[in-house]
Amino acid sequence: MGTLWFVLVALLIVTYVVLDGFDLGAGIIHLWAARKDYERQMILRAIGPVWDGNEVWLLAGGGTLYFAFPQLYASSFSGFYLPLMMVLWLLMLRGIGIEFRNHVEGPVWQKFFDALFSVSSMLLAVFFGAAIGNVVRGVPLGPDGYFFEPLWTNFRIGPHPGILDWYSVLIGLLAFAALTSHGALYVSTKTEGSLQQRAHRTAAWSWWSVAILTVLSLVASLKVRPTVIENFRLHPWGWAIPVIVLGSLFAMFYLRVKQNDRVAFVASSVYLASMLGGAAFALYPNVLPSSARPELNLTIQNTLSGSYGLRVGLAWWLIGVVLALGYYIYLFRLFRGKVTLPSEKY
Amino acid sequence: MSALLIHRLHFAFTVTYHYLFPQLTMGLGLLIVVLKTLAMAKKDERYDHAARFWARIFAINFALGVVTGIPMEFQFGTNWSRFSKFAGGVIGQTLAMEGVFAFFLESSFLGLFIYGEKRLSRWGHWWAAFLVFLGSWVSGFFIVMTDAWMQNPVGYAVMPDGAVQLTSFWKLMLNPWGLWQYAHNMSGAVITASFVMAAVGAFYLLEKKYLESGRIFVRLGVVAGVIFSILQLFPTGDQQGRMVAHHQAATLAAMEALFKTDTGASLVLLGQPDVEQQKLDNPIQIPKMLSMMTYRRWSAEVKGLDAFPKENWPDNIPLLYYSYHIMVGLGTIFIAELLVAAFLLWRGNLFNSKWMLWILMLSFPFPYIANTAGWMTAEIGRQPWLVYGLFRTDQGASAVVTAGNGMFTLLGFMGMYLFLGILFLFLIRRELEHGPQPVEAR
Repeated sequence: MGTLWFVLVALLIVTYVVLDGFDLGAGIIHLWAARKDYERQMILRAIGPVWDGNEVWLLAGGGTLYFAFPQLYASSFSGFYLPLMMVLWLLMLRGIGIEFRNHVEGPVWQKFFDALFSVSSMLLAVFFGAAIGNVVRGVPLGPDGYFFEPLWTNFRIGPHPGILDWYSVLIGLLAFAALTSHGALYVSTKTEGSLQQRAHRTAAWSWWSVAILTVLSLVASLKVRPTVIENFRLHPWGWAIPVIVLGSLFAMFYLRVKQNDRVAFVASSVYLASMLGGAAFALYPNVLPSSARPELNLTIQNTLSGSYGLRVGLAWWLIGVVLALGYYIYLFRLFRGKVTLPSEKY
Repeated sequence: MSALLIHRLHFAFTVTYHYLFPQLTMGLGLLIVVLKTLAMAKKDERYDHAARFWARIFAINFALGVVTGIPMEFQFGTNWSRFSKFAGGVIGQTLAMEGVFAFFLESSFLGLFIYGEKRLSRWGHWWAAFLVFLGSWVSGFFIVMTDAWMQNPVGYAVMPDGAVQLTSFWKLMLNPWGLWQYAHNMSGAVITASFVMAAVGAFYLLEKKYLESGRIFVRLGVVAGVIFSILQLFPTGDQQGRMVAHHQAATLAAMEALFKTDTGASLVLLGQPDVEQQKLDNPIQIPKMLSMMTYRRWSAEVKGLDAFPKENWPDNIPLLYYSYHIMVGLGTIFIAELLVAAFLLWRGNLFNSKWMLWILMLSFPFPYIANTAGWMTAEIGRQPWLVYGLFRTDQGASAVVTAGNGMFTLLGFMGMYLFLGILFLFLIRRELEHGPQPVEAR
């Protein structure tokens, strides 16, 4: 049961990253790739009907994590207090940046909201990457299962790590690069004209930084937490994951050169999913490792909720997620194809 | 300031601010469905214009409701981690269900409702409006059920590690406290939306513009308002009060500032509680009414605060007392005001009665106050418990988050919410200025 919920929570997080990842990425390239007002409106149109729903996967992931692993939720949310609060503020600014930009016509207002949307998207990408970096590196858990990290200490990996150290910053940069490329491919599929061409070019050069940072981060992870390799030894089928990572990375490159950005976007989704899947695979059965003492690791076993609740939950959870997928497929089909302007203004 | 107080203020401030938005969207969701239904039934374009106008107001409110709502979900863990660990086995259910059932529904169909009118058939767009309404009410249900479990814990067992675990899913979902609280709360939301709709209509009529839309708004606002403000009192408010009397007798005594147990207890209309001297200054009371309302007998005994150990008294009796009396007082005034307005509407005089239109226009802030005061009554009344009778508030805050870190983010939220509030008022003013014209004319 514990393993099942571990997989389900991981799946929700992966879905969140793949989906909200493309609108975060669209935000990252917003100022650069879309120069004219109508181009920026096209980007907002391309993500308009779906971005809010994409973000809900984060809430559903958070809610399910709380439901299945209450102790993990309590410990990680209070321990990552400061970065989470900043993530909240950024999510707010980003949300109003998207929703309120087109309520007022006028270059000053719109430029302000464009910048809000773009800068908050960039920072969120880095924060999310740094968060994953923290989980892989481990946190200074106490015997009571709680910890607290300041934003940074000395940027080294040691007994008193901060949220930001060289490793989590590296993963943050990787997330930034990967989502830039992911968002650029999405924008390229959804638009036409010079905006599409610029998005395509962004995908081209960001691919190189993704590739380099992927290799660096894999090496760094082995150095920071040598035990990440253990599960691969125990379950050799896990080696399929890095193979998929590399395969999807090359597919992204090849398909983009072939001007098939649509399928390259799918490859990018597979890349993101396999990277996160690999991290989850390496962590298992830990859910939040201790940076210093492995016996204090939070694991599936010591954070899992009661078995009756989990059994009941499985029933409604499956119903709920199947319904949600239904809405999603309907919505994406309805708004499929390139976005067009002039817009149907509401 | 202690860390505990900061964590309490942190939650209180963010949740109070947040609920300014959903109370309108939940109520408006229903009224928009009514407008869309009228448009289809009467084949009348004007109702479509009205629905589109309110959809724009809805969208702005909804966006703010979402962005201020996400922090609520997070704060259980960030600021109240020991409580989350204690109660996660139970309230993890309702909170996760809200995410899975409500948020997906709302967010998917809101996009469709706002952006998709031209892509959908008339029926399709009606369904989009209906599903947005449904999503927001489902969301309200799970949140109220979460609170209801904290007010009246049911269907759980305490485990050897001290945390609670669910033992009966249906007891949690059908918590009698929660069902009445939900009805009372949703009715309150419709009242807010009705008052806002009537106020905007009255404003247009007094300004002598968009007269046709103005009349539709006033008519729907008054009719829905009068129905729901009566439902707010009876049966929902009445039953909610009896739930408090039955499950939280100390809270009832504090709400009424009843310091001494009394047979044939009076209902207090006015008076300032003096907790130090344990008395009420310059009281105006209806004799025996509290006993009657609570136990349906004139001479029934109502327990006063003296019947409970002092450490179990709500820790802010004056604020609780005032919150409760403001809620009830305003609720009573709403009924009176709307009955007069409905009478004028029925006689066909409402649109000529300038004085009534002025009253309707100026009344819209009061249901916000009443809804807020109602929630303050529920939450301050629950003190000193986080989970009534089981888990005290001072056990629940995150031990690892210091007062300094808590203050930092509390101030951050205050600044952020000030900015959001200014933006909100500015955008709503613009929409009112634009008015409910057909899209092409804008």
